[in-house]
Amino acid sequence: MNRKTEVAIIGGGPAGLAAALSCYKHGIRDILILERDEYLGGILQQCIHNGFGLHWFGQELTGPEYAQRFIDEVNKVGIPYLLNTMVLEITKDKTVYAVNPRHGLIEIEAKAVILAMGCRERTRGALKIPGGRPAGVYTAGMAQRLINIEGYMPGREVVILGSGDIGLIMARRLTWEGARVKMVCEIMPYSTGLIRNVRQCLDDYGIPLKFRHTVIRIHGRERLEGVTIARVDDRRQPIEGTEEYVSCDTLLLSVGLIPENELSEGAGVMLDPLTGGPIVDEFRQTSVPGIFSCGNVLHVHDLVDYVSEEAEIAGEGVYRYINGRNPSADDYLLVMPGNGIRYVVPQRIYGDSDVEFFFRPNAIYDKGVVELTDGDRVFASKKLLRMVPGQMERLRLKREALAGEGKIKSLQLRWRGPDKEDDGACS
Amino acid sequence: MQLICILCPRGCHIEINQGEDGKWEVKGYACKRGRDYAIQEATCPLRVLTTSIWVEGGNHRLVSAKTDRSIPKDKIIESLKQTKGLTVKAPIDIGDVLIENIAGTGANLIATRRVDIKQV
Repeated sequence: MNRKTEVAIIGGGPAGLAAALSCYKHGIRDILILERDEYLGGILQQCIHNGFGLHWFGQELTGPEYAQRFIDEVNKVGIPYLLNTMVLEITKDKTVYAVNPRHGLIEIEAKAVILAMGCRERTRGALKIPGGRPAGVYTAGMAQRLINIEGYMPGREVVILGSGDIGLIMARRLTWEGARVKMVCEIMPYSTGLIRNVRQCLDDYGIPLKFRHTVIRIHGRERLEGVTIARVDDRRQPIEGTEEYVSCDTLLLSVGLIPENELSEGAGVMLDPLTGGPIVDEFRQTSVPGIFSCGNVLHVHDLVDYVSEEAEIAGEGVYRYINGRNPSADDYLLVMPGNGIRYVVPQRIYGDSDVEFFFRPNAIYDKGVVELTDGDRVFASKKLLRMVPGQMERLRLKREALAGEGKIKSLQLRWRGPDKEDDGACS
Repeated sequence: MQLICILCPRGCHIEINQGEDGKWEVKGYACKRGRDYAIQEATCPLRVLTTSIWVEGGNHRLVSAKTDRSIPKDKIIESLKQTKGLTVKAPIDIGDVLIENIAGTGANLIATRRVDIKQV
């Protein structure tokens, strides 16, 4: 099948759906969403717990409810989508190659492409835990899909490595389904998930959270029989003599998410090693003109509400691009992370409109100021009581702040205040 | 009693004690919701239950569900027991009641996902 479209959207999860609707709102009618799963909504469909939508809808929804509101809207305005459709390649000139069982190979010529593929979980391979390869070792998201979508129970006695939000949510879910969750091990001295999830998913059920602990060995041949855990030192190396054997038939890994950018790289899109996602401007346009990016493929978010917001911005960017309203490509300012900041998105700006920066700190900091500066002058700043790596922060730059300030080469986002709280800096 | 408020990501550390006169002394909250949460948590902690239920004849095997309001924490396990062995028939829409007055809590278990009839 060959076809042409104004905008091809790669991924029908929260980012892709909101981006499609934003394009539509800006008057674009020729849009096509490509989704590899058999339904729209992406990972939200397996996140059956509540807590989504407080910012976007002003009420607490479960994942499927949040997704359905966008799906209903997409259906209402009649934006077409292809399900069970796997995108194989995107070229620099925005031709998209995909396959599905109904059409076979599909070639789509697009004027603009929005990358909205989301992220994937870090696996055991990335951690290099020694031991056999028995059944029973899952990523937390895989276990979530098995229980909530497929209806299978992954195991009975569980150890969870990593205190990311999915791991915490799964500790409670498994407990509710009758499993015994023995402990959550976290290599850092703090939880990488939200404190409310530690409280309502672990504390409520007396599940211990062991800080500065990791899994150093996996035992078992056919099925997992147990793991060896150990305390780690300040350099996150296991301390000899602290090893402890814990019997279990299931190990869940909740050890981080990685933006899924193989397709982006194939299209020649430049990536930021700090986020793992594309380098973008304030309208989420990548280094390849006409290719945009939003959601977890751009940088990993902790709230879906912010994904929706970012996707709206990308939709506006596509509108500007298609209508030739983009500023000249070389006229941008670089924005770099400075003291205390791990990354900042967007990484470059034209500054002809207000810009909302999303960023994360590299450790825990208390009582200080985040400021956007060129070294001498401060163009935007915000007081923060506390910033933690597990929580994305934001800062708004007013367009007027840059106007008439003469030539600025680059900007830096930095923390000014007391030093980080703990030595266990985040990688 | 030491608590961490779960109402927003700020996560206030709250201390709550009951005086001899029965009055609550609450410290460390940043907003009124935090104070109310602490007193609720100290008297009868409430949680929303979310789970999934088997579906017959649907385009999905399971339908996700939640209680339409918070229920006492100590009723959660009893509520879950009531969902065991339950199968509901497609089609199901978001908001459809799957179990009325679950575990006598006054809350209904309602569907949070749409499930259509399976096309053969």
